[in-house]
Amino acid sequence: MPSTGPVLIKLQDLARSYGQGSATVNALRGVSLDIAEGEFVAIMGPSGSGKSTCMNIMGCLDTPTGGHFYFRGLDVGALSNDQRALLRRHYIGFVFQGYNLLPRTSAIENVELPLIYRQMGARERRSLALNAMRQVGLAGWENHAPNELSGGQQQRVAIARAIVTAPALLLADEPTGNLDTARSLEIMNLLIRLNRSEGITIVMVTHEPDMAAFARRIVRFKDGEIETDQLNSKAA
Amino acid sequence: MFLETILLAFRAIRRNTLRSTLTALGIIIGVAAVTALVTIGNGTTQSVVSGVSRLGSNLLSVRPGEPGGAPGSARSTARPFNAADAAAIADQIGGVKAVAPIASAKVTSVVGNENWETSVAGTLNTYFEAGQWTLASGRLFTEGELHAGNPVCVIGETVRRHLFGKSDPIGQALRLQRIPCTVIGLLASKGAGAFGMDQDDIVIIPLRAFQRRIAGNIDVDFINVAARADTATAKVKRDIENLLRERRRIGTGQRDDFSVFDMTEISSTLSNITTVLTGLLSAVAAVSLLVGGIGIMNIMLVSVTERTREIGIRLAVGALRRQVLAQFLVEAVVLSLFGGLIGVAIGLSLAAAMAGWLNVPFVFEPTVVVGSFMFSGLVGVLFGYFPARRAANLNPIDALRHE
Repeated sequence: MPSTGPVLIKLQDLARSYGQGSATVNALRGVSLDIAEGEFVAIMGPSGSGKSTCMNIMGCLDTPTGGHFYFRGLDVGALSNDQRALLRRHYIGFVFQGYNLLPRTSAIENVELPLIYRQMGARERRSLALNAMRQVGLAGWENHAPNELSGGQQQRVAIARAIVTAPALLLADEPTGNLDTARSLEIMNLLIRLNRSEGITIVMVTHEPDMAAFARRIVRFKDGEIETDQLNSKAA
Repeated sequence: MFLETILLAFRAIRRNTLRSTLTALGIIIGVAAVTALVTIGNGTTQSVVSGVSRLGSNLLSVRPGEPGGAPGSARSTARPFNAADAAAIADQIGGVKAVAPIASAKVTSVVGNENWETSVAGTLNTYFEAGQWTLASGRLFTEGELHAGNPVCVIGETVRRHLFGKSDPIGQALRLQRIPCTVIGLLASKGAGAFGMDQDDIVIIPLRAFQRRIAGNIDVDFINVAARADTATAKVKRDIENLLRERRRIGTGQRDDFSVFDMTEISSTLSNITTVLTGLLSAVAAVSLLVGGIGIMNIMLVSVTERTREIGIRLAVGALRRQVLAQFLVEAVVLSLFGGLIGVAIGLSLAAAMAGWLNVPFVFEPTVVVGSFMFSGLVGVLFGYFPARRAANLNPIDALRHE
């Protein structure tokens, strides 16, 4: 596969099964995939195709039961729970379908959350968070709680939270799944901009071909395996 | 980071003010009960011990009646003592500092229009030494007055207050029944005794004056003996018993018809009893603290379930398991320390109010306050740990999907 930079993520014959004995479910059955720094990859596939499982492993939230997952050459499968937490803390940002913001907590405090675990001082935290809010076009909405924001705004707060730490990798799980077309396009344009100008590698799981079309590379999963992996020449 | 965790805990507690308050209520009640009971118990112990010690340390009291009865009981049936018994104790027993024969009765004393029912004791100057009385003003009896049984008296503070008001009692006359009596001395106040009686409510006259003019006999109701500080009171007590058995002709095998009370012994017995009672009551109160702790655990478990998604988010953005554990543990501890603080305040005010009501001193003991406060913290740690560990061990993927 063509790549724009050094390899960030390397999946080697990756397998993940749940349960035991006859009840075993093989969510991933030998997936090999390289993603380079700076790529924007869309992962598609029907429910149960293993795309979410693959996403969780790439996000260091889950560990494979077979094969290897290398993050910048580091074998994540061999790491402890805390070591994976530290990887997440320093290199990975998450955006979820359901936004997953802390309720009754202002937008700016939601954005500051990852920085708290980086032991950063309050003033530095605030200035980084304000900057991230500006990047997602939410300057002036800092003190609104999530329930005072629209779905699109909430998702932008979630993106600000994901990028405030300047991560190497941004994982987006159906980021437009709860949004109408106009809001979805806004979010996609924002992700594209972050990918291009900030150089953040983005891996996005989506159902919608319209959204996948924004990515430069589209990987399709089926039954726990990669069905197709192709460059998207139409990418904007 | 630690500060952040504490701020976070405060915020989580404030977010659910009513629930937090109700949860803390269990701890508040427990800590308040322990604090109040221990404080009141200590006050009672102190009141008993100091009351007995105000009677005079190393004091033995010899009274008619069989041993085993309370002081003063059954004394009408037993033979009374006489002045010679007291003299014999003073002469023949070693280690004795002062021996005071005492005859007493309740008598109405009158000055002008004022009258006051008080106890009148006929005794010698040794009485003041044995009971560790000091004079506030005036003087004690002279040898002549004691020998002749002159109508002179030394009065206690309570009697002075009721009969003389603001005027100086020294040199003034007082009537005991129909006997006029000149006040020559005023005793310094000693306050309440071990059994709650007012020790200052007393008029003291020469023994002979009492026997001749009030009682009309030569009886001595009881004998107070002060042992020297370097002498074991137990030995003095034994010697007195032997001497009196001899003087009262009680044969071997016969029961004593008098008893010797060792005030030091009574004091330590009483303080032991009150200490044990205090301990028991506090143990009962501590059970309510335990119940409060279970309340905290319950609410923390609910809170962990409610905030599963939040925990998932925190884990996803890079919180370590121990940081999540610390967050919930600190929340439980802050909640219970908060309860402890309010509990201590309520407990102390309750103790102060009860002390006034029960007429025991309010003994503020920092160890009780610090102890119950620490204990509430401990309850928080113990009962907060399980829910916190549960939160920390959540799988981030499941936690994020939790509805």
